Amino acid sequence: MTAIRPGSQPPVAAPDRSVALIVLAVISSALLLISQESSWLARLPSALANFLKNPLVASLVLTFFLANLLFAYRWKASLWAKLLVGGLSLFLILPWAGRDNTSVLDLAIQIGIFAALSLGLNIVVGLAGLLDLGYIAFFAVGAYTWGIFGSGQIGKVLTYFKDNSANNGPVVAVGGLVLLIVTALSLRAINRVGGKRTPVASWAFLLAALGLVIGVTLLVRGLVMLAAANAAGLTSGVNPNFFWLFLILAIAAAASVGVLIGLPVLKLKGDYLAIITLGLGEVIRVLANNLSTYTNGSQGITPIGSASVPWFNSLAGAIGFTPDQYSLFFLYFVVLIIIAVIILANMRLDRSKIGRAWIAIREDEIAAQAMGVPLVQTKLIAFATGASFAGIMGVIFAAKQGFISPESFILNQSISVLSMVVLGGLGSIPGVILGAAVVTILNISLLPSLGEATASLNLPPQVNPAQLQRLVFGGILVAMMLFRPEGLLPSVRQRRMMHEDDDPSGNMTPQDSLAGELKPENAAEVYSPGVATRADNERGGGTQ
Amino acid sequence: MKKTSILALTLLGSLTLGAASAQTSLKIASISPLSGGQSDLGTQIKNGAQLAVNEYVAQFKKLGFDLSLTGYDDQADPATGTAAARKIAADTSILAVVGTLNSGVAIPSSAALAPSHVAMVSPANTANQVTDRGLKNMNRIVARDDAQGPAGANFMVSKLKSKSVYLLNDKTAYGEGLVAEVKKALQAKNVKISGDEGTEEKSDFSAIIQKIKLTKPDAIYFGGIYNQIGVFVKQLREQGVMIPLVGGDGLDSEQMVTIGGKGSDNVFYTTVAAPADALPSAKKVADAYSKTYGKDIQGFGIFGYDAAKVVLQGVLLAAKDNGNKLPSREQVETAMRKVRATGLLSGTVQFNSMGDRKAAKMYIMSINNGKFSLNSTLNVKAPVN
Amino acid sequence: MDFATLAPFLVGVVISGLVLGFVYAIIALGYTMVYGVLQLINFAHSEVFVTGAVVGFEIFRVLNGVEMNGYLKLLLALIAAMVASGLLNILIERLAYRPLRNAPRLVPLITAIGVSLILQDLIRIIEGFQGRFDLTYQLPTGFSTPFCGPESSCAGVGKFLGGIGISLQIKEVIVVLVALVSLAALNYLVNFTKLGRAIRAVAQDRVTAGLMGIDANGIISLTFLIGGALGGISGVLFGLKFGTVNAYSGFDPGIVAFTAAVLGGIGSIPGAVLGGLVLGVIQNLIGVTNILGGALNIANLGVIDSSYQRIGAFLVLVLILIFKPTGLLGRSNVEKV
Repeated sequence: MTAIRPGSQPPVAAPDRSVALIVLAVISSALLLISQESSWLARLPSALANFLKNPLVASLVLTFFLANLLFAYRWKASLWAKLLVGGLSLFLILPWAGRDNTSVLDLAIQIGIFAALSLGLNIVVGLAGLLDLGYIAFFAVGAYTWGIFGSGQIGKVLTYFKDNSANNGPVVAVGGLVLLIVTALSLRAINRVGGKRTPVASWAFLLAALGLVIGVTLLVRGLVMLAAANAAGLTSGVNPNFFWLFLILAIAAAASVGVLIGLPVLKLKGDYLAIITLGLGEVIRVLANNLSTYTNGSQGITPIGSASVPWFNSLAGAIGFTPDQYSLFFLYFVVLIIIAVIILANMRLDRSKIGRAWIAIREDEIAAQAMGVPLVQTKLIAFATGASFAGIMGVIFAAKQGFISPESFILNQSISVLSMVVLGGLGSIPGVILGAAVVTILNISLLPSLGEATASLNLPPQVNPAQLQRLVFGGILVAMMLFRPEGLLPSVRQRRMMHEDDDPSGNMTPQDSLAGELKPENAAEVYSPGVATRADNERGGGTQ
Repeated sequence: MKKTSILALTLLGSLTLGAASAQTSLKIASISPLSGGQSDLGTQIKNGAQLAVNEYVAQFKKLGFDLSLTGYDDQADPATGTAAARKIAADTSILAVVGTLNSGVAIPSSAALAPSHVAMVSPANTANQVTDRGLKNMNRIVARDDAQGPAGANFMVSKLKSKSVYLLNDKTAYGEGLVAEVKKALQAKNVKISGDEGTEEKSDFSAIIQKIKLTKPDAIYFGGIYNQIGVFVKQLREQGVMIPLVGGDGLDSEQMVTIGGKGSDNVFYTTVAAPADALPSAKKVADAYSKTYGKDIQGFGIFGYDAAKVVLQGVLLAAKDNGNKLPSREQVETAMRKVRATGLLSGTVQFNSMGDRKAAKMYIMSINNGKFSLNSTLNVKAPVN
Repeated sequence: MDFATLAPFLVGVVISGLVLGFVYAIIALGYTMVYGVLQLINFAHSEVFVTGAVVGFEIFRVLNGVEMNGYLKLLLALIAAMVASGLLNILIERLAYRPLRNAPRLVPLITAIGVSLILQDLIRIIEGFQGRFDLTYQLPTGFSTPFCGPESSCAGVGKFLGGIGISLQIKEVIVVLVALVSLAALNYLVNFTKLGRAIRAVAQDRVTAGLMGIDANGIISLTFLIGGALGGISGVLFGLKFGTVNAYSGFDPGIVAFTAAVLGGIGSIPGAVLGGLVLGVIQNLIGVTNILGGALNIANLGVIDSSYQRIGAFLVLVLILIFKPTGLLGRSNVEKV
């Protein structure tokens, strides 16, 4: 294991590529706009227009355009050029293209959603080293939090309780609250005694955790019963302006579920934790499928509202958006803002006390504990933080889709997010964002366009690219990992570990930002993401 | 390496082909799962639709249109389906859509297509809320849950004389929605419900079979697809339970017999697709399908074919109304609600104001000794007209 | 419901759970073997096992019209499946895992997922060329007849089972017997042969084992061969018991089997078996909870029935791991493989 060498590489003289960056950005923006704007296409010679209209070409153009953001981030260029390219691309060109083709906006929002999920999972897996295979559950919690309240479902729930329960709401609510407080306090007490894992402590812990869950359930049930009288007023959900409140509530809900899931299992290590989180992720999905009273089960919830800001809508209308596009256009900017906040939070966390505690735990749990890092608490915070990012994006997802059902939260999605994180570069903020973008573009835009472009050929299904998406995706996944096991944009430490013999003077540029929101990093990252130490591997789930 | 070069060649070919066509290109699209675990069902839909398109290419050519079908893959995932729908909305040469397999995909995709007035005809979604949302562009050729469910329930009570029924579903919107309607109808007739549960299991049904053996119902209603129910019914019969099993149009497949073997005896299902021997054209379509794809046509293939035919006749009507010029999407959307589509394997289709079929003949089919035969027919009507 | 009806019912549920458990157990062994030497969750194992099931299907299909003893056909199917799955597993290790021996542990996990996606589609494509998707085993006659059902008159255990209304089929007995034989063989190989000692040594410490003159890469390949062969066996048993497989049907049992391996203590052979059996029984018991009057309905959680089977098993896993963090038979210094 390499020793930690803080400090950056000696700066390498790379040519300034401001001009190239701007030229590329102009070319790709022009291509994108032309290929999406049918009135401009009509003026081109028909052969060229047909070429640009080809789904594969259109998808490549879009990818090329998005790649500009990466260039703006990676290349050595003046700050103003970077800001100009990043800002104009995100705030002007992309919405413009999205006006003519909503699938561009849809793709951008999907990338944003997955980028936030990857950043959240990156905290859990990349920083704290806890392999979570059920991460999509938190996304589901967020989506259902808004889905239930932002649609007529809440009215149905309340009507159900109005018709079917005795009038003992206050008793249930107070009982639940008391149980909640008592068990929470006892959990804390047990943890304080903790350290030694005696059977009695374990039992007590389990019992208290169970009590906590029941307490929460009872409290919620009591509150629902109390609110049942208002069922009539909620037949089309709460006022859409509560959307903002629910962004916060979803964070809280997802974080609490994170803590609830984390409490019983965080004493486990490595792959024991992986399989348990996988299982609990499935538990959430199956509950969503089975608790029809609340979630409408497999039928799903629809239509789900979204906030609408009048001045924003009139602005959108003024620049030529049609009313049905307002909500996507609006959500696009909400996603941008949330992503910016999440990136900032991640950067702060990286350097904070808790961030270093996570890294310490990942590197050596016992040493970290010996240094006074409270294990369970620190891990719980990692779980809750990661979960909260997923929760807030769940709300966006529900609002964007207007429909949610358990099919959206299957195990494959968790695995997909994990592959984004690893593909991009564990522990590296720009890396996981890039990973999310690459995987999402592949899955939603590039690979499907292969099939669309060849549709007229009438290929047999065995060789029809439309049917081979998973195969191609799997191949890309394997190839990328084989050729760049450290990820696309690894963090500094990771890269050094993977390429000890290589020339140390890699093209490390002072790093600015994807969209101009990030401050230059001082490149003194002192962690190696996700690399479990040999000793860690040996221990299995043990307590040694 | 070889594969990539073939791929590159085909892509290149398609690019030049696309550029070479002189006629006005007119496309319809299909959205269904083409990869992943449900790809078998989704491919049937796409292939069936392709077959119908092939039939109509010549007719469209006469009008000066170059007709083609583009198959979009939704991977049975709502978000992927929505993304595909938005792409379709942006490609103005696509006038209408055949799809989808899962109502979880149909609901958000049709909502995404609605503002661009892209008409959608579903070959498979039976869930009530697919059309109950009142979207102008959403139509379906299959019977609603609240038509199929009571039909199955009535059949069990009147023909099978069942006094107690065990209800099972596959925990999808299709199976669960269907069984909910069956349950309602059975309870109205005071039939005992011996059990009512769902399972996502595809292979192991031992616990459920034990419970069925214990509760001794007169019949089983299973809302689901043949690839699950076939496995179930085989294991059920092996355990010596021979009571009748009734299901919805998800059982409409020869594969039911292949998978279930002898177990598929005493199985009944409701569907709007006419039995193959009742219609001479059905045989022709089945032959064309197996010749083109090397597989036998199954229920979803038939529905895909029918849905595409409705779409194409709708487009033709819109073109006719537009003086044989390329119709707009709005015109196609309106025409879809007006068209009286004929020559289908599931009878004549005409949509009501909600996009449901005004009236349809529902067939109750039975499987015995590996042979499908017609048990009885009844007429179903849409709740509103 | 009275005890006289319930007791035999429960015995039946447990017995069918055990049969199920044996299938899980053999799949779980494939996971645990690979985990033992590489600490890698081999996500591609579910496709290795489906490959076995497909090869078994093809053998039975080709031999369907052939006059031949049914058990001989089964033997052929098993051998062919073992060879195919074993070789496939070696190939996977060579191409997707070996180049990443020194990469962070999550990297081979992702390649495993990639390989799994590739194999799913490849299997679908290959069978698709013949117009098939769902593959239904064409078993020799007699395999599906009751071994000792209520109707048959036989002695001993069979009589007892028949008396309480439980019918085991011949093929279920075959599943159990084949599973037991492979377990015994594996146990002998790992614990009583030189090769087995080498495997254990590599599992313990790859580097030191290398210093002792063991060809670590060779041993790892061998482990993948054995794990794959077990996957092949389990594939055929799966097809035998449930009748139908397709390219994607490995995923669910794969997850359950991996859960079983963890439940028993990952890396431990007896653990995987115990885990599989326990999980099989628990799944079945959860599936019948509503019959037992366990209709839990706090806050309209619905009735606990077969839709909770899978997650019920996970919750049991959580409970067990809270008290035994290394699984049922795992020790802190797990004796791997």
